[in-house]
Amino acid sequence: MPPPRISVHDLACARGDRLLFKGMNFTLEAGELLLVQGGNGQGKTSLLRLLTGLARPEQGEVHWCGQNVTRQREVYHAAMCYLGHANGVKDDLNPVENLRFADGLQGRPFDEVKAVNTLKSLGLERCLDLPCRVLSFGQRRRVALSALLLAGVTLWILDEPLTGLDVHAVALMESLIRDHLAAGGMVVATTHQALNLEGVKVQRLLVGNVAIPDLTE
Amino acid sequence: MHRFLLAVLRRDLTLAARRRGDWLIAQFFFVIVASLFPLGVGPEPEMLARIGPGVLWVAATLASLLSLARLFEDDHRDGSLEHMVLSPEPTVLLVLGKALAHWLIYCIPLLLIAPILGIQFNLPPDAILVLEFSLLLGTPILSLLGAVGAALTLGLRGGGVLLTLLILPLYIPALIFGAGAVDGVMAGTGAEAHLSLLGAFMMLSLMIAPWIAASALRVSLE
Amino acid sequence: MSLYTYAAPSQFYRLAGQLTPWFAWSAALLTGVGLYVSFFVAPTDFQQSEAYRIIFIHVPAAWMSMFIYLVMAFWGAIGLAFNTRLSFMMSRALAPTGAMFTVVALWTGAAWGKPMWGAWWVWDARLTSELILLFLYAGIMALWASIDDVRRGDRAGALLTLIGAINIPIIYFSVKWWNTLHQGSTINLTKAPSMAQTMLIGMLLLAVAAWFYTIAVAFIRVRRLILERERQTEWAKDILAKEA
Repeated sequence: MPPPRISVHDLACARGDRLLFKGMNFTLEAGELLLVQGGNGQGKTSLLRLLTGLARPEQGEVHWCGQNVTRQREVYHAAMCYLGHANGVKDDLNPVENLRFADGLQGRPFDEVKAVNTLKSLGLERCLDLPCRVLSFGQRRRVALSALLLAGVTLWILDEPLTGLDVHAVALMESLIRDHLAAGGMVVATTHQALNLEGVKVQRLLVGNVAIPDLTE
Repeated sequence: MHRFLLAVLRRDLTLAARRRGDWLIAQFFFVIVASLFPLGVGPEPEMLARIGPGVLWVAATLASLLSLARLFEDDHRDGSLEHMVLSPEPTVLLVLGKALAHWLIYCIPLLLIAPILGIQFNLPPDAILVLEFSLLLGTPILSLLGAVGAALTLGLRGGGVLLTLLILPLYIPALIFGAGAVDGVMAGTGAEAHLSLLGAFMMLSLMIAPWIAASALRVSLE
Repeated sequence: MSLYTYAAPSQFYRLAGQLTPWFAWSAALLTGVGLYVSFFVAPTDFQQSEAYRIIFIHVPAAWMSMFIYLVMAFWGAIGLAFNTRLSFMMSRALAPTGAMFTVVALWTGAAWGKPMWGAWWVWDARLTSELILLFLYAGIMALWASIDDVRRGDRAGALLTLIGAINIPIIYFSVKWWNTLHQGSTINLTKAPSMAQTMLIGMLLLAVAAWFYTIAVAFIRVRRLILERERQTEWAKDILAKEA
């Protein structure tokens, strides 16, 4: 089993007939964070969707452990988890049920004790029996993060993970990312907000041609 | 692999159980559309028995079409569709599971209502039996072809109407064989030929539609 | 691959531009000769009198309507398999012509049906199949119209065309079967009784003319599509500047 590594080679992405970027190259190793920055509409989300395999690149390739991801879709998707703008949380189910189905859909057995503990550790102990419809935006985001933690995968791809979160939740998110990286995981994230990431190996990637101020403190 | 299929199935059945309103609407739609015809064409028992098989088949088709537009739409809106497509399991199984769930949730109840409507249309008992059997064979085709349409029209403006326009022409053979089977048994020519053709069409849809729907889903999510 | 996908449309644009007049003029010439043969040379049918002459238009139109659909499915499949953008454009360029021939086939069928069957519309197997074919064309064009993203539209349209193409034989068979069970008319539109040689020639001439017309119109449309999609490239900008 080769060490986990994601790399892109000569990647180009177009939306409609507008070329968002081309000739993009980077490599991300275990324990590293890739912070994707750029203005609105410059292709941050498009890049993340290319990395997940949801979208196909106009040109170039995405490699996982040195092999094109299109050749090993199952292996790659078993090692990757994507959290987009939408949480992927069903309003009609309670948080525990949501996690149960999330595990089932990824083909993993479900460990209810572990799921409940994870939800509790993210501060959702009082919401376990409530349908997610009545939860606040931040609480639903925490349900989605619980699913991310339970997935136990190496690579996290996070699109604006901090949007709409309060100060505590942002701190929580930062600590989750730090723990994940310390445990040998990898994170690709886009963000507009400042991130406190002491002791983390950060790579920065600027998408598009708008200069962005330094976001790490 | 079967675990994934079961997970998709259980999930959709649970969600449907939490939202019974949507489910009831489709069944009521079936009853209302079928009941409009006697009011429109007159209550003569012979005429109702003649048009009955076709009317019930068309009404059942429209009733299950009603719910097809939302086959992927709800999951698309809250982001869970992307999670499911990004599962290591094949997307074909996802489509198959969702089509099967749709069939169990929306089409099986139609089978329970159809005999009552059949009696209203003055159909003889053996014709009602064949009607049941033809619906049992024919409605999965609609769920499968509908999955293709729902995947193609995912997230589009007026997706529901568009879906109808795309899918109904493809569904015509099922209507012909299905309603023809009931006609056949009433005319005394037998229903076997119609039913075997309907079964063959169902098997063909089962073999082809999930793959096309899976490709369509990936195209629409890009 | 990138060189191929980027360069091919510009070369095809020029090639199609050179070929279009040839096809257009041939189509016009063949139509003229074909119509002359069909309406003045071919003998009057003793059973159906002059009304039968409408098959000279109806039959080539019906052929083309089905054939174009299959060609669209072919280009769609090629596009999906090899990711060639030009194939999708060909598919899109053909659809309106296919739909047009379907309408012509239906319209001439109705016009023929009035003197023959005494009704403008009869649920004859062929006419019904043509009607369903028109629905298929309408569905594909409606799908294209409602998808703004070019790439998604191309692929979605191709998938729909493909599943339609698989379904067409089944539809045709089922409609024919339905028709025989419900005792349709015994006069068949395509079988002019005892086809004279001149009749066959007239029909073939018009069929070839329809072919050339289709190619010419498809080329014109495909050139428009190429320009529209390549308007970012230098060569397309040059052409657009000259036209403006």
